Amino acid sequence: MKSEPGLYDYWPYVDRPKITWPDGKKLAFWVAPNIEFYELNPPKNPHRGSWPRPYPDITPYSYRDYGNRVGNWRLMEAMDDYGVRGSISLSVAMCQHHPEIIQACVDRNWEFFSHGIYNTRYTYGMDEAQERAIMEDSIKTVMDATGQRIRGYLAPALTHTERTMDLLAENDFYYTCDLFQDDQPQPIHVKSGRLISMPYSLEVNDHFIYNIYGNPPRLYTDMLKRQFDTLLEEGATSGTVMCIPLHAYLVGRPHRINPFRNVLDYITGHKDDVWVTTAVEIAEYYLENYYDLAAADIAKRNAEAGA
Amino acid sequence: MTLPKEYLEYPLRRHGMDHDLYPWSNLFERKPVTWPNGAKIALWIVPALEFFPLDDKKEPFKAPGHMVTPYPDYRTYTTKDYGNRLGIYRIMKVLDQFNLKASVATNARVAERYPFLINEITRRGWEIMAHGYDMNALHYGGLDEATEREQIKKTVDILRKATGQKVTGWLSPARSQSENTLHLLPEYGIEYVGDWVNDDMPYEVTTRNGPLIAMPHSNEIDDRQILINLGHSQAVFEEEVLDAFRLFYDEADKYGGRIMQITLTPYVIGQPFQIKSLVNILAEITKHDGIWSATGAEIVKAWRDQQ
Repeated sequence: MKSEPGLYDYWPYVDRPKITWPDGKKLAFWVAPNIEFYELNPPKNPHRGSWPRPYPDITPYSYRDYGNRVGNWRLMEAMDDYGVRGSISLSVAMCQHHPEIIQACVDRNWEFFSHGIYNTRYTYGMDEAQERAIMEDSIKTVMDATGQRIRGYLAPALTHTERTMDLLAENDFYYTCDLFQDDQPQPIHVKSGRLISMPYSLEVNDHFIYNIYGNPPRLYTDMLKRQFDTLLEEGATSGTVMCIPLHAYLVGRPHRINPFRNVLDYITGHKDDVWVTTAVEIAEYYLENYYDLAAADIAKRNAEAGA
Repeated sequence: MTLPKEYLEYPLRRHGMDHDLYPWSNLFERKPVTWPNGAKIALWIVPALEFFPLDDKKEPFKAPGHMVTPYPDYRTYTTKDYGNRLGIYRIMKVLDQFNLKASVATNARVAERYPFLINEITRRGWEIMAHGYDMNALHYGGLDEATEREQIKKTVDILRKATGQKVTGWLSPARSQSENTLHLLPEYGIEYVGDWVNDDMPYEVTTRNGPLIAMPHSNEIDDRQILINLGHSQAVFEEEVLDAFRLFYDEADKYGGRIMQITLTPYVIGQPFQIKSLVNILAEITKHDGIWSATGAEIVKAWRDQQ
């Protein structure tokens, strides 16, 4: 085991090359609905358990199933009302289980990226061929269902191996949502090709807010507005990225959707400064315009530090 | 490292669910439901009466609310007993004030021990739902079928004898089910069940012994969840419940009658400092037109008649 991931260099948040988003925007805003399928009776992974109670553990299973029956539709309607497209963190088996939901996303011109096959199949313990197989399955499944070539990845249940990033680059993914070291995209060290980390966030992820911290919905609204205010202010110095990662089984509940609408209302109200976009559009723009600049700045600082 | 070949096989990767209990459906595409007198909201209030034996069993897990300290845990026993002695009567007083009824999910052992309490419920015309024998008698994966049958039979027999009611509703202790629970319940005259939390409206479950209705019974619009598990204030509790109510009330205009279900725990909401929250919530809800105070059985009947 390594003492650090070795995936990126230390790059202080001071005097970085200035990022300006299209049309002079300061903050790139994207929303990541996780559209997931959890299995009632998943096979055991030797490194991580799934449901806490013996099979059938119906409470957490049905709690998540709520998203696909109810929550996704409330969230879609809210995002439609504010002109926000989603970048979907997708359990790609959703393409088989609920193609109706996939079609609703296609109709909205939303982006898909892979969040594994199921959120109950973890990467821990996979050999290289197995991990490669889930990436290839992801690409093919989404392509067959939607015609879209996925470019992003969030490992299923955030379970990784040391090879994950190399395999993503090799499979021509542009970005990973698995790393939380920054509020701007940046180059990731991979064996071949290019890969960037895309700011995603666990801190303002509704899973952490509701499942881990158990915060009230209106507090979440306040937290998201504060997150936005700070990142917008800093975006004047160099463009920032704000992502709101969501799960419709949480935010799509009757007591939570209107407080969330309030957030979309607030953020989309800053039209002159905010690029309301998708992760792949941010990645493409960054790779085209800032990847080389960032890599050169990091290399220069490393040289100066004698690294 | 490698995982067994089966870990990357997906035998249930198919259209719909990964089990045969119910088909997938989108809440917002279902035929709108009409409640009696054109009500927008069926208000379904569900307090639970539970008996936590001092000689607790924690197999295969501890029921929420069960004993904490080494034997004899007088503090937990008496705190829970408070609900059956005082809390439930405070709830009755509030519901009487607003002329509302309830479905009371009742451990059979409460009926054996406190016939006075059962009479207070039935003389109001409230419904008794079966809630298992007591909080030691869990239904869980691995419980043998004969034992589970005996638990179900004993529970409904005791409750029917004590109430003179048909007793058609079921809530499992700790919301826990075995693989057989749903299949066994119809054999004992149960028509609807409140354990699953994947919908805001009823839907039909297919069992080996005929249909069963899953009723939306929230683990979030729930006093114990918000006030105790999450430790939120009374103001937040009221706000979350009423936010859910307002959303349902608005949705009813477009999508047909909705169910506003409130889960109550007498040992929580029945505390002197908590009870006013129930008054505030019900005062606000009953200000609105189109509220139908109903029992679970009445809602199931109205819903089923329209399918």
